[in-house]
Amino acid sequence: MAVSDRSPIVTTRFERGDAHTLEGYLATGGYAGLRKALAMTPDEVIEQVKAANLQGRGGAGFPAGAKWSFLPKDVFPRYFVVNGDESEPGTCKDRPLMERDPHQLIEGLLISCYAVRASQAFIYVRGEMALAQERLAIALNGAYAAGYIGKDILGSGWSLDVILHWGAGAYIVGEETALIESLEGQRGMPRLKPPYFPAAKGLYMQPTVVNNVETLSYIPWVMQHGGEAYAAIGTEKATGLRLFALSGHVRRPGVYEVEMGTTTFRDLVEAPVYGGGMRHGNKLKAFVPGGASAPWFYPEQLDLPLDSSVVGPAGSMLGSGAVVIMDETTCAVRAAWRLVRFFAHESCGKCTPCREGASWIEKILRRIEKGNGREEDLDLLLDVGDNISPGPFPRPAVDGEEAVPFPYKQTTICPLGPSTVSPVHSSILRFRDEYRIHIKEGGCPYG
Amino acid sequence: MAEQTEQAEKTTVTITVDGRQVEAQPGELVIAAAERHGVYIPRFCYHPRMRSVGMCRMCVVEIDSGRGPALQPACMLPVAEGMTVDTQSAKSKKVQDGVLEFLLINHPLDCPVCDKGGECPLQDQTLAFGPGESRFVEEKRHFAKPIAISELVYLDRERCILCDRCTRFANEVAGDPLISFIDRGNHTQINTFPDEPFASYFSGNTVQICPVGALLAKPYRFRARPWDLDQVESTCTSCSVGCRIALQSSSNRLVRKLGVDVDPVNWGWLCDKGRFDFEAINSDDRLGAPLVRQGEELAQASWAEALARATEALDRAGRRPGRESIAVLGGARLGNEDAYAWSKLARTVLGTDSVDAQLGDGLPAQAVLGLPRATIDAACGADTIVLLGPDLKEELPVLYLRLRDAVVNRGAKLVELSPVETGMTRYATASLRYRPGEAAQLVRSLLELRTGDDRGNGAADPRRQAAELLRADSVVCVLGRPSLAEAPEPVCEAAAALVDALPGISFLSALRRANVHGALDMGLAPGLLPGRVSLEKGRRWFSREWGSLPSEPGLDATGILEAAANGRVACLVLLGADPLADFPDRDLARRALAGAGSVIAVDSFLTDSARQADVVLAASSFGEKSGTTTNLEGRVSRLHQKVTAPGTARADWMIAAELAFRLGGDLGLDSLEAVWDEIERLAPSHQGITRERLSSPEGFDGIVVGDVPDASDHQAPPSMAQSDSPGISGVAGHVKVDTLASTGMGSEARPDPQSGDQPAGAPEALGQAATVTGPRGMGYTEGEEPGAGAEAEAVEATVEAEHGSGGGEDVFRPSGGGGDQGTTPQRPPLLSWAGPGTTRPPPPRDRYSLRLVSSRRLYDDGTLVHHSPSLAPLAAGAHLRVHPGDLQPLGVSSGTRVGITSSRGRAVLEAVTDPGVPQGTVFVAFNQPGSAASGLIDVGQPVTEVRLETTPQDGDPGSGG
Repeated sequence: MAVSDRSPIVTTRFERGDAHTLEGYLATGGYAGLRKALAMTPDEVIEQVKAANLQGRGGAGFPAGAKWSFLPKDVFPRYFVVNGDESEPGTCKDRPLMERDPHQLIEGLLISCYAVRASQAFIYVRGEMALAQERLAIALNGAYAAGYIGKDILGSGWSLDVILHWGAGAYIVGEETALIESLEGQRGMPRLKPPYFPAAKGLYMQPTVVNNVETLSYIPWVMQHGGEAYAAIGTEKATGLRLFALSGHVRRPGVYEVEMGTTTFRDLVEAPVYGGGMRHGNKLKAFVPGGASAPWFYPEQLDLPLDSSVVGPAGSMLGSGAVVIMDETTCAVRAAWRLVRFFAHESCGKCTPCREGASWIEKILRRIEKGNGREEDLDLLLDVGDNISPGPFPRPAVDGEEAVPFPYKQTTICPLGPSTVSPVHSSILRFRDEYRIHIKEGGCPYG
Repeated sequence: MAEQTEQAEKTTVTITVDGRQVEAQPGELVIAAAERHGVYIPRFCYHPRMRSVGMCRMCVVEIDSGRGPALQPACMLPVAEGMTVDTQSAKSKKVQDGVLEFLLINHPLDCPVCDKGGECPLQDQTLAFGPGESRFVEEKRHFAKPIAISELVYLDRERCILCDRCTRFANEVAGDPLISFIDRGNHTQINTFPDEPFASYFSGNTVQICPVGALLAKPYRFRARPWDLDQVESTCTSCSVGCRIALQSSSNRLVRKLGVDVDPVNWGWLCDKGRFDFEAINSDDRLGAPLVRQGEELAQASWAEALARATEALDRAGRRPGRESIAVLGGARLGNEDAYAWSKLARTVLGTDSVDAQLGDGLPAQAVLGLPRATIDAACGADTIVLLGPDLKEELPVLYLRLRDAVVNRGAKLVELSPVETGMTRYATASLRYRPGEAAQLVRSLLELRTGDDRGNGAADPRRQAAELLRADSVVCVLGRPSLAEAPEPVCEAAAALVDALPGISFLSALRRANVHGALDMGLAPGLLPGRVSLEKGRRWFSREWGSLPSEPGLDATGILEAAANGRVACLVLLGADPLADFPDRDLARRALAGAGSVIAVDSFLTDSARQADVVLAASSFGEKSGTTTNLEGRVSRLHQKVTAPGTARADWMIAAELAFRLGGDLGLDSLEAVWDEIERLAPSHQGITRERLSSPEGFDGIVVGDVPDASDHQAPPSMAQSDSPGISGVAGHVKVDTLASTGMGSEARPDPQSGDQPAGAPEALGQAATVTGPRGMGYTEGEEPGAGAEAEAVEATVEAEHGSGGGEDVFRPSGGGGDQGTTPQRPPLLSWAGPGTTRPPPPRDRYSLRLVSSRRLYDDGTLVHHSPSLAPLAAGAHLRVHPGDLQPLGVSSGTRVGITSSRGRAVLEAVTDPGVPQGTVFVAFNQPGSAASGLIDVGQPVTEVRLETTPQDGDPGSGG
């Protein structure tokens, strides 16, 4: 087992008790990256981030530097928004970054705003994350008082205001256009892309960058050590380190900062420094490789590396970095139902297929799990899913069938609709017999 | 022109729709382009008058923009060259099937008891595009139903498909964001905010655009099945905007009015008053037979008896000397043909010029008709809109929608000049208050600031902002009567100052009454004849066919009522007029009705004033007669009869013709068509607006009467006429239709072979032609012999410029008049704006007095609202709105009843503090149930000064007095 011994980057201060304070942050080299950036031109900063090939950590995995370059030239004001609305089931890696090292995020944000000449910055924090909100608020006030934010930052002549905004508890607001709607005071519902690509028509219809908390937290290190140093970590297509939230039936669930590309799912599950193996020594049944929206993988996919360029063609995604492990004691139907129930509950209600379809699927799954399933329900589930996400649906290569690469197609505005289909499709694909048993025996064999 | 077009680069986009190549406009949405070419892509949320949201997903079809076919919403995607749209592919079909199945799984399918059943887009599109059966076996979603979200609208959340149309309308179009999505996922519903009803003046539009039966209008609910409805297209006459409507009836009873989308006017929208006041037409209180006075009582009578009584009264009065022995008050409720017949009857058979369609609540006809006029489109397309008039949201709601759209979506800047805040205030870049009576001072001070050199540091000063906006290239003024408690003269004076200072300015009238503009066009104002000509200048023209005309101008409404009060009116005819309710000075109205020798009322209801009459002639109403009406732009559009009038009620023009006959005259008007033909032939401004044109596709939008100010009577240079007004020629996209129409005799109607130096069809050229039309070039003034002799050349040149037919077309040829052009009178010049008359200065400010402002609310105690059961309860009642600083000295709080006293009378009203009413001013809505506003106003004074005092409160006899 070749687990990398790379020292961590964004979690280095996690074990310090005072990393969330300005003193603690400064004592560990804080804001040096900002000073370095302010000595450069904004374009030079962008070059460093591009050289780092720092892939976005929100789910889509788009390189941050490239994302910034989509901003139309000379259109101002332009805004920078931090997406801290982490709510994907299984994902809990942005939360410790905000709670334990808020200044790292703020410094990354400041450098990024300087680079893209943003007029104003917003940090949108999930409504339920009270500690993160509190610590960010204190950190922002401290940074203002110390001259890192506000007018004439560190005597550079450059000024920026950062606004902290709390969400109201909607999963969909993690989707960037819905987040922008919410930030504008509207109901959080996604906008259609095109035409509402944030880089062109974002917050208040102005050019806007939306970056994930984790993405920005890597920026101070990139500034201090240079983009190439970061790009040298991992493999060519999967650069750097990344946080993975490992949960489910492993011995050591937790958030781990892992080297990309060289680490595999098996490493993550079995390495003593990570998952430490399956719970009770049980057998792996299936796992979600990248958040609840992702099509499931099975034991055959364990040796795939943590590399989007491999996982995508293999039929799923790394998504938000949540790996959920299900062992042999898991009821596939109940697992699918549980996941679908979340999406049905969180559907914003904007587009018909997701609003109506998700709750329909949820009702069918519940009926099957409760023992009132019908033989025809399986085809019905797949066809209702097909009306939300027209097939073929992404899937790994199993049982002699070829993989269908990610991403999914959709009749909806945003991917929440297809996310509902993932667990249905994944569970029926491999565990159709379990469904049949539910239907035939009129209930769940797992009790 | 044609060569240029051929040489010009391709201006359209070619796309392929279902295998067929079609041309689309750049920027056009796929769904609209496909529809124009006959391919209907199903949709629910898409509405061409609102922003696309692409959320129902019904219009998702396979579109290939060059990267392979992909499922995309056709309502969000603009066309692009080479795009391929396949609405019939297996994937497109599957999406349509799927979306409709999704929409139906929770829909209650209670179509048998749904108002929408039979005209329901959900039904229709399910039939055309949906699956035949549902696979849904689960329990449907349930909500309590229906719930009342306002006094007029019910919501059935189970039927709702959450298309966001109503919410977008409320938010984007009406500016009343009172309904919204709440909850989420499958539990998403439309609802109001807690304790905040959907109290919008435009709520009925949401019912009309709802694609299912989720929103229901209380006045229509369970009244009819769509297949039992019969409909005609008509024009709403609830106010003067002239919204186009479909008027629907079932079993000879009006049941619904729907907005029809016409570009220049209402875009499909209606206000709730216009939408629902048809209830009054169906009212049991309608007069179905004439009434005659028998002692204290009015008793039902036969037409023969009633007409005999009326004839007798008129005949007796007509033999009395004095120009005011007979007077005719009212006419704004009438159609154009009715107004023309009454105008002709008054001037010829009755021999009086004391006629006035306005009830002292408008502006002088000369200002309304004589100022350079603007269309709604021109106003909306102007850089700066100056609003000097009433609260448009209350009085002309759909005009409010159009202007709001111009400000919010098109970047027009609004300068509002008003005595109190209005519904438009929040959209104004600069909103300035003036003290009642001092509008002209405010305008002059702005114009001084405008020409001043000092532009600095003005950003925060609304006066400087307003002055800066008056420098804009195009300025349109929306001009009306801001308050009925101040005289109209200062407003006219302000308009005159604007005209003098801003050569390109044009005016959009904001007079409220239904067909007041048509009535004025038909000459129902003293000193005025049909076709926007003055009595003196039109005398020769009209007397040739009409016979002798009154020798001098008569009295206006105030004059008529004053004369009647003094016993100098032997017979007062109320032509759908209720001066007790509608004249600003109720005391004068009461004395006038008491002092008139006899009163003849022609009305559809027994109004307070009609109760005082000696004879009441039952008139048919809107929906019961055909004809035409003219809106505030001067746009003539058609009215259609849908139901029969109650009993023996008749059209007003027939009553006029009958009276004429009984009085020994003959109006020569024996059919509605004959009336219009005579208007078209005789009324100078209406020449060319033929019945054929009105019933052609061109007439669908209405035809704007040419407004040509006679600048020869005015000091301003000729350039002040429309030709130089960028406010009109600058409205890209709309200008063509309106400019053509506004010339009245556009190049289409009258080909112009001799105007080769002016590119035909160009707005400027047409404007130019309009400028030199007739009046100024004619040089025709009272007492002069026109036409022949020295002036012939000038006349000919002018006429050629317009018609290119050597002047022949311009010459009046009465039937049997022969071809003797030399002695035939020339078509008279149109009325011109000669500046304001003398104005009475307001009294000096008095620190103990407050100035009264009074204007109407949408829902008032007017006849139509009062008799519409759904609307009558919405009238808010009378309150005294006062600045907190003016109430505080009285030592009472908001909600207390206080006394209000003017020189005319006293009232006790509940005082409500309102910071939108400036200090030194109080506001009392006009004609509210229990209102005292008209009891306080003295039309003899330029402004109405009032004092407030505390009154004894319940259980507190000691306080106040």
